[in-house]
Amino acid sequence: MEKERLEGGLNENRRKFLSKLSLGIGSVALGSLLIPDLFKGKSTLDTDRLMANIPHFAPKAKRVIYLFQNGAPSQLESFDYKPMLNKRLGEELPESIRMGQRLTGMTSGQSSFPLVGSYHGFKQYGQSDAWVSDLFPYTAKIVDDICIVKSMHTEAINHDPALTFFQTGAQVGNRPSMGAWLSYGLGSENNNLPSFCVLLSRGKGNGQGVYSKLWTNGFLDSVHQGVQFSSGEDPVLYLNDPDGMDKSDRRRMLDKLAELNQMSYQAFGDPEINTKIQQYEMAFRMQTAVPEVTDLSKEPDSIVKLYGPECLVPGTYAANCLLARKLSENGVRFVQLYHQGWDQHGNLPNEMAMQAKDTDQASAALITDLKQRGLLDETLVIWGGEFGRTNYCQGRFSEDNYGRDHHPRAFSMWMAGGGVKPGTVYGETDEFGYNIVKDPVHVHDFHATMLHLLGIDHERLTFRHQGRRYRLTDVAGHVVNDLLV
Amino acid sequence: MINRLLYIFLLLLSFFLYSCGEKGDSSGALVSADQISYNFHVRPILSDNCFACHGPDANKREAGLRLDTEEGAYAALKETPNAHAIVPGNPSKSEVVKRLESTDDSERMPPPSSNLKLSDEEKEVIKKWISKGAKYEPHWAFVPPKKADLPKTQHNDWVKNEIDYFISQKLTQIGLAPNEPAEKLHLLKRLSFDLTGLPPSLEVIKAFKQDKEEGALERVIDTLLEDPAFGERMAVLWMDISRYSDSYGYQDDNIRTQWPYRDWVIHSFNRNLPYDEFITWQLAGDLLPDPSKEQILATAFNRNHKYTEEGGVIEEEYRVEYNVDKTNTFTKAILGMTVECAQCHDHKYDPISQKNYFQFYAFFNNTPEKGYEGDVSVSKPAKTPIMWIERDDLGDVLSFVNHQDTSKIMVSVMEDFRDTLRQTFILDRGMYDAPTVEVSPSTPEAILAFDEGKYPKNRLGLAKWTMSPENPLTARVFVNLMWQELFGVGIVKSAGDYGMQGDLPTHPELLDWLAVDFMESGWDVKRLIKKIVSSATYQQSAKVTKQKLAKDPDNTYLSWSPRIRLSAEHIRDMVLASSGLLVREIGGPSVKPYQPEGLWEASTSGRGELAIYRQDKGDNLYRRGLYTFIKLTSPPPKPIIFDGSNRDLCEVTRGRTNTPLQALAMLNDPLVLEASRVLAVQLKENHGGQTHEALEEAFTRIICRTPKKEEFELLEEFYKEELERFKAEPKEMLSTLQVGEIPLEDNMKTPETAALMQVVVAIYNLEEAITRT
Repeated sequence: MEKERLEGGLNENRRKFLSKLSLGIGSVALGSLLIPDLFKGKSTLDTDRLMANIPHFAPKAKRVIYLFQNGAPSQLESFDYKPMLNKRLGEELPESIRMGQRLTGMTSGQSSFPLVGSYHGFKQYGQSDAWVSDLFPYTAKIVDDICIVKSMHTEAINHDPALTFFQTGAQVGNRPSMGAWLSYGLGSENNNLPSFCVLLSRGKGNGQGVYSKLWTNGFLDSVHQGVQFSSGEDPVLYLNDPDGMDKSDRRRMLDKLAELNQMSYQAFGDPEINTKIQQYEMAFRMQTAVPEVTDLSKEPDSIVKLYGPECLVPGTYAANCLLARKLSENGVRFVQLYHQGWDQHGNLPNEMAMQAKDTDQASAALITDLKQRGLLDETLVIWGGEFGRTNYCQGRFSEDNYGRDHHPRAFSMWMAGGGVKPGTVYGETDEFGYNIVKDPVHVHDFHATMLHLLGIDHERLTFRHQGRRYRLTDVAGHVVNDLLV
Repeated sequence: MINRLLYIFLLLLSFFLYSCGEKGDSSGALVSADQISYNFHVRPILSDNCFACHGPDANKREAGLRLDTEEGAYAALKETPNAHAIVPGNPSKSEVVKRLESTDDSERMPPPSSNLKLSDEEKEVIKKWISKGAKYEPHWAFVPPKKADLPKTQHNDWVKNEIDYFISQKLTQIGLAPNEPAEKLHLLKRLSFDLTGLPPSLEVIKAFKQDKEEGALERVIDTLLEDPAFGERMAVLWMDISRYSDSYGYQDDNIRTQWPYRDWVIHSFNRNLPYDEFITWQLAGDLLPDPSKEQILATAFNRNHKYTEEGGVIEEEYRVEYNVDKTNTFTKAILGMTVECAQCHDHKYDPISQKNYFQFYAFFNNTPEKGYEGDVSVSKPAKTPIMWIERDDLGDVLSFVNHQDTSKIMVSVMEDFRDTLRQTFILDRGMYDAPTVEVSPSTPEAILAFDEGKYPKNRLGLAKWTMSPENPLTARVFVNLMWQELFGVGIVKSAGDYGMQGDLPTHPELLDWLAVDFMESGWDVKRLIKKIVSSATYQQSAKVTKQKLAKDPDNTYLSWSPRIRLSAEHIRDMVLASSGLLVREIGGPSVKPYQPEGLWEASTSGRGELAIYRQDKGDNLYRRGLYTFIKLTSPPPKPIIFDGSNRDLCEVTRGRTNTPLQALAMLNDPLVLEASRVLAVQLKENHGGQTHEALEEAFTRIICRTPKKEEFELLEEFYKEELERFKAEPKEMLSTLQVGEIPLEDNMKTPETAALMQVVVAIYNLEEAITRT
């Protein structure tokens, strides 16, 4: 349909010159407009990637959906069940456990560090007997589809560097985001959509903001930059034609533009002019493709029921989960969600419950939905925050109201699909939930494992910039083989 | 001296061997040639493949072998003392060659685990070099530049100044000829955007077309260099370098007031402050004897980096972070050295040790700056140390600061402790809480030793060392930046990395000639720019043939003038200026023009003054791109779409991409639409119903030349189509015209205006509109 319209709008001249164009540049270039043409020049970018010979081995996952829980949800009220903390409620955190490890400035001045257990109960679910808190009843139902990692650890203790570390592999600097790395390494599956899309939502708990550098292309070409989708009228910036103009009017203008630009090409011979013509065509196709994929109104009742009624309210976490499925299904390589509001320094039992309520059903629905479409096997879904929270109370302390400070030394996240071993619980923390006692997984290991699932050796996905070959995993990272199917 | 001559000789010889920046291809041609240059052919291979384990980093050195120095490479091997890594003149006895060629995985170098591999050509280069005596040379960038004699040229009618001799020589060597001079109006547009970031006005175009007298071009150049827009144009580059922003960054990202520094940069370029003073003031204006407030304001350069206001951070961790940023910015932007690796360990490729790094760092470490001054609830627009700009200053020494009301302004600037000295330690792995050995301020010997007899051990001493004529880097780095601004790519492509892994200069002698000439001129920036734009190389036409593209696809040798897409800021400026919307006010607080709704609101933590985007009204909607408010966590979207820096860190080079998002931003940005409507009204007023004249004026204003006949016919055809459409659909006509805040008179709400507006939108969307031709 869209193709017909495109063809129909072309006059004879234009058709001639477009065919000349495609002969000149080759069908490969026309086939991959959003990613740099592999065969065009010999910039470092292209040669590096060609040399990298991706995929390095058969990929399990083709796409990633990352449900980032921004602010750091407490592992102790979600997946890391520590009854000892309830038994020793109010007792001082033993120095033998803390071992002088650093604290943030928010609690380092506290005169005591009283242990506090989860106000919310835990039960075991599924064949894996995984413990899940009562705040996550929907996630509890899919535990046999997911792999819970209870032994994540990171290096940063504050939000900004910790988030930046998770997304770019470095706490500071302007390194490419993991979505940009994948766009660079694997390119796009759909020529009419960006390969890296970003969706934002806001919860009811204490929020911490997100920053566009989290989805930056860094030193990679800016086509790899995450494209932020908005819940407003323009799902992608400047996507909609202005009032008073319909598709055929736009088509006419683009045809004239193409002819004029072609004249300019005749005069100068600069190949960039032809690229420009192609980019305008691509923009035109995006104008059709993006609204189609972001239109959630046609989803059947069963889907709305699955994700919850909020999924019809644009900009909510539920709507973003559903949109993530649609984008992913349409070949978007990396869909990055951020949901704010998980920073519970105080009022944790209450705020955490609200946050869980906003996210639990839709997160689980996404897994179920992908599974019923046969897409879960090739889609890696990740759920988690930037660090964990302390086992001791921050601020005023009571059994039913308390807060928890940042804790980078141990926290939980889960992954599903895309070659991850379902129905498993990996890693262990000590009885206090403070230190990891078994199978630690560092952020670099997590990145290495994710890339492995996508068929990429993390040591060989490199980009040379200012004299150095950079990697998402910097100079570290090990694939956690136990997590793989 | 003999070494020096030999070095130049080798460089000269290497020119015709060295085909382009990509090492892979260049070595192919080399093997057959007789001469191999260590700097240009061998070191890139060794550096990229060997130095990480056998280079300057003593802690990571394998088998005690070091290949980056002659002594190391010739010495007996530690593990097998009867063998040598390199035996000059004897490749077959050189262990390096054996290892490179070994088929045994446990012997082969580089080891398979490194994922590195030498091509056969690269191996041949190494062997050839060894058989010729394995001569090492000092790294080219660490040898002070000298002016070479101008080479001979075969293009006597073409050359205009010294630059052209160097360009011409290389073109001849690779069998290309330069282009003829560009058409007059192409050149006018090129000069106008390159020097002021603005298109030439209709009057200027007309006057220049008619000026047939000798020196017309030079008069245009001089006028443009004296235009205050020159300073604004140069400031765009310097804002990227100095990572200027209007907010603190990090999560809460509250407002800050550094814009008086931006006004100073504009002012300094406009009054042609010599580059040595420009840099000295920025590095150490506060340490000059009896410093003026202007000199202190310049030091804000060191304070433009991000500041955290996140509750609970560890103060020292961030104080260190800020100092690291200061150190990295200074070294990258001014010395062209990427040193941040050495924050954590000795540099793997360059002779910069971790000690060297912290010696640089020590220069910046003696300020009363704090890592944390409280969270966003107590945020102030500047952080200690602070300079106050009072009302009196504005009428006096700081008259260039565009401040309209009577309030005092605070700016974050530099200051040193007077009586005490903060100790500096090497930080193990760069960690703030792991100090090891104490160091004092100094500079790497490999670049230029710090003469403690001559220079004080503080930032002023550092500035003097930096601007010393013996410093091999400073002048080269700046002339290269200017070259990059005028040709799109520097003579050294990696403008922020002159180290072993950086790109080699495509025209080393030209770079050196310009650097020395720049110093000899007293660091005269405008003179340097005038020199470059007066060259035949700069002024040649941008037309490119298939033959030229095939021979030199990246235009490394400049046989045609590169067509360069305008920078994000100048695309905005072009739209505003050509439509007559531009408000030409210089400096002042940054402004908030149209921006798609909800961007700040979607990402904010909800705290601080910048949680909600409050768009400006009136004149502030139409200021130059340089003045658009930069909120670090959500930078203005259109500049980012057009490859602008996100200002997170010092950047010296922008990318230039061509993407569908850019097409959408030109087609649908309300500013482009409003400018088109305003221009359409203007055209109606100027020309009434004379469509031909109206279209010609629109095209000339935007594209800066008169349309050709066939271009004109297409525009007219489109105009007629649109006119028919709007006549038939008055509703579409009205909604088309309803865009932007500039009011529209009722008598202009006609199908003619709307049709003209659509043609103008189309012209703005031509590739040539946003390209310097």
